[in-house]
Amino acid sequence: MNKFKIILNGLVKENPTFVLLLGMCPTLGTTTSAINGMGMGLATTFVLICSNVVLSSIKKIVPDMVRIPSFIVVIATFVTVLQMLMQAYMPSLYASLGLFIPLIVVNCIVLGRAEAFAVKNTPFDSMLDGIGMGLGFTIALTLLGACRELLGSGNIFGIDLWSKEYGALAFVLAPGAFIVLGYLIAIVNKLRN
Amino acid sequence: MKKLESTLPNMLAVLTCICIIAAALLGMMNEVTKDPIAQIEQKNLEEGIKKVILGANASGDLTVSKIDTIVEDKQVYIVYTAEQNGKELGKAVKTAVQGFSPDLTVLTGFDAEGNVMGYEILKHGETPGLGAQAPEWFKDKENNPKSYIIGMNPGKNKMTVSKDGGEIDAITASTITSRAFLKAINMEYNTLFKGNAETGATKKAEPASCDSTAVATNDSTAVAEKEAQQGGALTIKVVEVEE
Repeated sequence: MNKFKIILNGLVKENPTFVLLLGMCPTLGTTTSAINGMGMGLATTFVLICSNVVLSSIKKIVPDMVRIPSFIVVIATFVTVLQMLMQAYMPSLYASLGLFIPLIVVNCIVLGRAEAFAVKNTPFDSMLDGIGMGLGFTIALTLLGACRELLGSGNIFGIDLWSKEYGALAFVLAPGAFIVLGYLIAIVNKLRN
Repeated sequence: MKKLESTLPNMLAVLTCICIIAAALLGMMNEVTKDPIAQIEQKNLEEGIKKVILGANASGDLTVSKIDTIVEDKQVYIVYTAEQNGKELGKAVKTAVQGFSPDLTVLTGFDAEGNVMGYEILKHGETPGLGAQAPEWFKDKENNPKSYIIGMNPGKNKMTVSKDGGEIDAITASTITSRAFLKAINMEYNTLFKGNAETGATKKAEPASCDSTAVATNDSTAVAEKEAQQGGALTIKVVEVEE
């Protein structure tokens, strides 16, 4: 497969959020604002790239029956490393995302790509897949976060566009996440066809 | 190279190896990040003490002269006595309670009478967009006047959420966090001012509205005085480190 196509595959054709509908829990949970969505997306991208490369490299030495436990240990290790690094060097982002970082372990995009791509392809291709999928996830989360922030509290990336009083609190809460996500998926599907 | 068979020795060996490598990596990262994380926590604590005693934008010389650890019913309170030029300004108390998730750590500054001078939430795992507003919510006089707790006295004011018959409006859709937060402040107050608790209780009979106006005036003059006193760079000297 063409290298560029692998990246584009994750960004558009098989976008994890809008097309594969994977990892819905962090998608709905962290996108209360654009910056939170972007932070979560980038954190997941880091884990996805690292785990894809490592899992693709060790695919031959892991017996099939202990495949999933091994994958989970590798993914959990990277998530914990990321958590410690963020806590030490990015305290403000950690303060706003803290709770959701450990949840990347159970994000099914990470395990899904390991199963669907990394175990069948070379480490380099897996890395590209990680980049593509990660960025696709990041863009989707940022977009979703921006829409919810705008509708819910009238600002984007913390910049006020209009008064908070015109915002509908529902969009910051869980129901708004479902509504906005539904509309975004509809729009993306329309554009893809 | 052929893929390894799923025999028991193979599986054991591979899983053990992966776990050992993972553990080694995590141990290494922990060593690297331990010090920066401890530094950040120490810095947050020092800034928190400064903020709860002097107010948000204050600068000045603040010395933590004494650190006491009080344990009551398994609840740990750490009391920092803050001094400025040898004069005691107040006490900051730190404790952790169960909010919507564990370890909602609240640092509150009390003056000699037990009035709340300020608070900081040092650590929390509350829901973003809901309970996570707590660090700002209760000191935002402009947007949430009914939730403004600075200047209140847990001994005189009924510092519970209005749903429970108290004077303070909870964070919208986050009553659990608000309850836990106010519980922490009341517990801290009771630990510090156990002897005065009874006087506080008798004063509760006074009409609440009149009480809170008096407190509000007191507070604004106190802030003005404090601002006048201050100047120069802030140095917080924490004499000893707890834990």
